[in-house]
Amino acid sequence: MARRAGAPEVSAGSMADIAFLLLIFFLVTTTIETDAGLDRMLPPIEPPDTDVIIKQKNIFQVMINMNGQLLADDELVDIKDLRAKAMAFLDNGGAASGSPDYCSYCKGKRDLSSSDSPAKAIISLKNDRETKYGTYITVQNELVGAYNDLRNRESQRLFGRKFTDMEAEYLNPETAQSIKDELKEKVKEIQDLFPQKLSEAETTSN
Amino acid sequence: MSKFSKKKSGELPPVSTASLPDIVFMLLFFFMTVTVMKDSSLKVENVLPNANEIKKLEKKDRVIYIYVGKPTQEFQKVFGSEPKIQLNDKFANPSAVGDYILAERAKKSEDLQNVLTTSLKVDKNANMGLISDIKQELRKVNALKVNYTTYDGDAFRNLQ
Repeated sequence: MARRAGAPEVSAGSMADIAFLLLIFFLVTTTIETDAGLDRMLPPIEPPDTDVIIKQKNIFQVMINMNGQLLADDELVDIKDLRAKAMAFLDNGGAASGSPDYCSYCKGKRDLSSSDSPAKAIISLKNDRETKYGTYITVQNELVGAYNDLRNRESQRLFGRKFTDMEAEYLNPETAQSIKDELKEKVKEIQDLFPQKLSEAETTSN
Repeated sequence: MSKFSKKKSGELPPVSTASLPDIVFMLLFFFMTVTVMKDSSLKVENVLPNANEIKKLEKKDRVIYIYVGKPTQEFQKVFGSEPKIQLNDKFANPSAVGDYILAERAKKSEDLQNVLTTSLKVDKNANMGLISDIKQELRKVNALKVNYTTYDGDAFRNLQ
């Protein structure tokens, strides 16, 4: 009968130690960072049905050679000046004030030999097969930055808020649906003012 | 003497450690839930370039990864020191990228198949020729949304 008095209680004193051990394991293996980078859309492989004729003045051609040097609109350009040049090109608004392409919000020089309006302006990026990826990303970053700076400017004027902040909030999955719907229109509006037309031509090899 | 004994009785009781396991378990569960185990080990050098105009890559289940870079020291004897593509756990040729994307796409649930992003994790010293080949392959299988994954930082540091 004495043996039936029940098994001795298991000591729970070491539970904390075991839990600590597991905790440290998960602490060490955890990576909480999320990846970030430059979003791009590649052009579809089917050629468009009709050949679109684009005026030479509406194309801003950027070429990167194997040594990382830049040729923008037939001039040798330092990579640090690229953003300013791209912004000047996009914001030019050369179309006359009566024409349908007239850009009322552009603050550029309205040079007739540069782009008509942001909607028409195309940046074409060409690179050599030997170009280093780091250089290519820097150039991409500067071109995206040029678009973002202009969009921020317009967004500040229209909504008193930076475009990049609005877009980040719109894309954040934790944002409430009602706020998202509201942001969607604003983001769309700004995107239409400065549509991102960045063409990546196929690589030249020489 | 009575003075001393009185002081002793007025001492604070020891802090109970009975709730320590609970606290530790709470932390444990937190880290267990946020942990993402690496699914493929890197066989290539992968120092990403820096950029500051970046967007976050939300929702990991919608991302397909492609790694590019020089093979690491232990694989250089077999694969050479030219940049290579790593898909899942093995090295591959540019021509295999298309099949890989299709295979990965087929694994995802149907409603996600149209919103997939391809994340290119490329070493900053790789050549653009290889990237152009990958981009061609991606266009062939209509995986047009790409993300050049980078670190957050000053883009001009890539030039050094």
